[in-house]
Amino acid sequence: MDAADFAISPLIEPRVTEGSQDRTMVLNMGPQHPSTHGVLRLVLEIDGETVLRVVPDIGFLHTGIEKTCEAKFYQQVVPLTDRIDYLSPMSNNLCYCLAVEKLLELEIPPRAQFLRVLLNELTRIQSHLVWLGTHAMDIGALTVFLYTFREREEILKIFEDVSGQRMMGSYFRIGGVSLEPPVDFYERVQNLLRIMPEKIDEYENLLNGNPIWQRRLQGVGYLSAADAIALGVTGPPLRASGVNWDLRRDMPYSGYEKFQFKVPVSDVGDVWTRYVLRMQEMRESVKICQQALDGMPEGPLKADAPKVVLPDREKMKTQMESLIYHFKIVTEGFAVPPGEVYQAIESPRGEMGYFVVSDGTAKPYRVHMRNPTFASLQALETMCVGRLLADVVAVIGSIDIVLGEIDR
Amino acid sequence: MDSAQQRDTVLKDHSENRAVASLLAAIPNSIVNAKFDRQELTLWIARDDIRFAAKTVRDAGYDFLVDVTCVDWYPSEPRFEVTYHILSLTLKQRVRLCVLVDSLEPEVASITPIWPSANFYEREVFDLFGVRFGGHPNLRRIMMPDEWEGHPLRKDYPVEGYR
Repeated sequence: MDAADFAISPLIEPRVTEGSQDRTMVLNMGPQHPSTHGVLRLVLEIDGETVLRVVPDIGFLHTGIEKTCEAKFYQQVVPLTDRIDYLSPMSNNLCYCLAVEKLLELEIPPRAQFLRVLLNELTRIQSHLVWLGTHAMDIGALTVFLYTFREREEILKIFEDVSGQRMMGSYFRIGGVSLEPPVDFYERVQNLLRIMPEKIDEYENLLNGNPIWQRRLQGVGYLSAADAIALGVTGPPLRASGVNWDLRRDMPYSGYEKFQFKVPVSDVGDVWTRYVLRMQEMRESVKICQQALDGMPEGPLKADAPKVVLPDREKMKTQMESLIYHFKIVTEGFAVPPGEVYQAIESPRGEMGYFVVSDGTAKPYRVHMRNPTFASLQALETMCVGRLLADVVAVIGSIDIVLGEIDR
Repeated sequence: MDSAQQRDTVLKDHSENRAVASLLAAIPNSIVNAKFDRQELTLWIARDDIRFAAKTVRDAGYDFLVDVTCVDWYPSEPRFEVTYHILSLTLKQRVRLCVLVDSLEPEVASITPIWPSANFYEREVFDLFGVRFGGHPNLRRIMMPDEWEGHPLRKDYPVEGYR
C-alpha cells in the first residue's frame, strides 16, 4: 500500500517519516458529522491521536445570497438576510436595515430602536441557548439540550407572536419595524425575563461542577490575543482571549449607548472561558432587555419617510397619497442615493457587517456580508494543532459555528 | 469638483487621522483618491502599493482586518474594486482601502503576510470574482466546487438559462 491509498482528499497528503514505516494519517470529518453543526468538512492530519493539521473545506451550503440580493429591491433583501445566520435572524435584519438606513440617512424613531434592541438581545439569548445545548451535546452532556430548548421555545413563541414566524421573522423594515407588537407582547417578555436568570443558574448547575465537562473544556483550544486579532476572530472568542472589545459598547448603533451593561472579558483563552463568557453574556442580555422594556419610549415605530416606509393599511384605505406611495414602493422600490457603507453590529457570534453599494437605483449594486464565524473558522487550526482529536469537537463548538453564514 | 481636488480636500480635512497621516508620510503619491462619505473614510491606493499600505496602516494602529471584498463595475474599466475594511480596536475607528484592478490583468498582491485572516477573504474574492492575489499561500476556490467554470459574482455572469 502506498501513501496515495490514504489520500482520501486532495487537500492534504499523509506524510511519511524518513527512514521508518511511520506515517501520519489523513482523516475526513464531515460534511455529515453531527458535531460539525451543519455541513462543515474538516480534513485532519493526525499522528496517533494528535492533530497535526486541520483544513476546513466549506461551501456546501453556498446559495449565492449576495448574487440574489443584486436582483431584488432593497426591501426585498430583508427576508434573504434571515437565512444567512439562521440562529440569529434578527441580528441580520438589523444589520442590513442599519446599513441601508445609513445610505438613506434615515432617522429611526426611539421606540423602534428600543424594540430592535430588545429583540436583538432576545435573539442573542436564543442563539446562545442553541449553542449551549448543542455544545454540551457534542461533549456528551445530553441533558442540557432539553433544558435550553425549553426556554428557546419560549423566545421563539415571542418571535412568532411579534412577526408571525418562529425563526425567519423578517420583522425589521428599512426605516423601523413592520408591525405594532401584539398586546400581550411586553407581558410575555417580562415573564420570560423573570424566569431567565434562574434558568441560567440551572444550566450552570448542570454543567459547572461536572468533572467531565470541566476536563473536556479547561485548557483546551487556547488562542492568544495576538493570534485572535491576526486571524480575524471576533465576539466571545476574542473577549475570552483578553481583548476588551464589544461593538455594542465601543461603536454603538441603534441606541445601544443608552443602555448600561457589562462586557465580560477574560484572558485565559480556552474553551471553558468562552463557555463562561457566553453564560455571563446571557445574563447581561437579560438586563439589557429589562432596560429596554422599562424605558420603552412612546412614539411611532416607523421613520417619517413616505417614499421608503410602507404606509399603514388604514391610511391606504382613506388617503389617496398613501395608496400611491404603497403602489410605487411595491412595484418599483425606492431609489437609494449612490455611495457605499459598511455597517457592523455585535451579533451573538461576533462582528457581523454588511457592505452595501448603491448606484442610485432601487436595487443594491452589491451586498456583501462579513460573517463572524467565517473568519473565526480560520483560527480552528491554531486552536487544534498539537491537541487530541476529540478536542476538535470541543473547539468547533466553542466558536459557535453556523454554516449558513459561513457559506452564504 | 474633480477627483484630484476631492482627494486633496479630504486628505487635508483628515490630516489628523492616523491612517491618512501615516500613508501621507510613507507613500504620498500612492493615495490615488479619497472620499469621506456618510462618516466613512475611503482611500484608493495604487495597485502595486497595497501590501505596503496595509502594513503602514497596521503599524499606525489599525490592527484588525475586518473584511476583504470586491465590487465589479462592469463594463467600465478598471473593472474590479477590491475593498479592504480595516478597524482599529484602540482608536475605535474604521478605514476602507480600495484598489482598482482592470480585467486584462486582474491581479493584486495578497496581504496575507500582514494579516493571516486575509487568507479566506481573498480566496472568496478569487472564487467569486476571479481576481488573483499574488503571493497567496493557498489560492483555491472556497465556495464553489473546484471544477467550476466562471466567477459567479461578476456582473456579466449569466443568471438564467443553461450555463
